[in-house]
Amino acid sequence: MAKVRGAIVVDTERCKGCELCVGACPTDVIGMAEEVNSKGYHYAYMKNPEACTGCVNCAIICPDGVISVYRVKTT
Amino acid sequence: MAEITLDQIIQPENMVYTRSRIMTDTVLHYCPGCGHGTVHRLLAEVIEELDLQSETIGITPVGCSVLMYNYMDIDMQEAAHGRAPALATAIKRLMSEKFVFTYQGDGDLAAIGTAETIHACNRGENITILFINNGIYGMTGGQMAPTTLPDMKASTCPYGRDVQMMGNPLKITDIVATLPGSYYVTRQSVHTPGNVRKAKKAIRKAVEYQKRNQGTCFVEIVSNCNSGWKMTPVDANQWLEENMLPFYPLGDLKVPEE
Ligand SMILES: Cc1ncc(C[n+]2csc(CCOP(=O)(O)OP(=O)(O)O)c2C)c(N)n1
Ligand code: SF4
Ligand code: SF4
Ligand code: SF4
Repeated sequence: MAKVRGAIVVDTERCKGCELCVGACPTDVIGMAEEVNSKGYHYAYMKNPEACTGCVNCAIICPDGVISVYRVKTT
Repeated sequence: MAEITLDQIIQPENMVYTRSRIMTDTVLHYCPGCGHGTVHRLLAEVIEELDLQSETIGITPVGCSVLMYNYMDIDMQEAAHGRAPALATAIKRLMSEKFVFTYQGDGDLAAIGTAETIHACNRGENITILFINNGIYGMTGGQMAPTTLPDMKASTCPYGRDVQMMGNPLKITDIVATLPGSYYVTRQSVHTPGNVRKAKKAIRKAVEYQKRNQGTCFVEIVSNCNSGWKMTPVDANQWLEENMLPFYPLGDLKVPEE
């Protein structure tokens, strides 16, 4: 059966740690890093990458446009 | 079959979303989670998709989004506080082939700029107005705006807006919809992914309709000011849904007769 797999890339230096992407993800992929970027913000990262479907919800809710999304169909 | 690796997924040919190239690389100065950035991004996507980069002239307001011209790679002009529709009127009348928009907060559009807003829309200027309603004066420290809800706290009404003393909130978008010069009037929000998608469709219509020369297109976006509201971004969007939306219901207020 065809399965959709996705992945996100967060521009961690531009992330402001607002956490809006965390709640926007339907499959609970995103967490906030322990580490901070040079501005002191805990940035978003994929804590659960296998669950990403590439739905782009996180990217379109991000006010700073720091998330890029990739998607492939696997068989 | 072997599982696909992240490196195999993260390849240019698999990219389904990235920030529009109409957005510059300048980091937005907005507070974390502020809806201004989301709306900038949607407008940038629409301008890119409709191939209007070199045809667009935007007017920025006074308010937090005053520096919008640093973030979008298009021609922009800054207006005095509230005067964006007047400036847009002049530019559109002189260069009628351009796509001309204003981007304004509620203090800018519905307080100091009320006359310019009403008269531009009543004259039916062929401009597009994006109105970001966060219920407060964000830039200057969260003072009460005409749009502040009854009982909502702001720095100049710390016990909440008392409508007996401070007057009622102004639903200026409802007024604009009654004016003969307005062509398309809608109210949207960007606080959930579903609402972002709907808001983008509305912005796209408001951009495309300008070509018809039938009057003013007006898009209100009910947005947050988490700093002014003194909430986390996540709480602010929740508060928006529970408090702003019952008072400012989403949807079209005026649609063109097809
Ligand atoms: C003529 C004039 N009067 C007052 C001000 C002060 N001022 C700057 S921004 C602002 C209100 C901004 O609020 P809003 O339009 O809601 O935008 P936001 O910052 O919330 O996005 C005011 C009153 C000014 N700059 N110029
Ligand atoms: S693309 Fe969709 S599934 Fe993947 S992290 Fe973003 S919101 Fe979650
Ligand atoms: S929405 Fe954007 S800025 Fe906010 S935490 Fe997620 S990636 Fe960072
Ligand atoms: S003060 Fe309010 S409107 Fe201004 S950038 Fe911060 S959250 Fe946005």
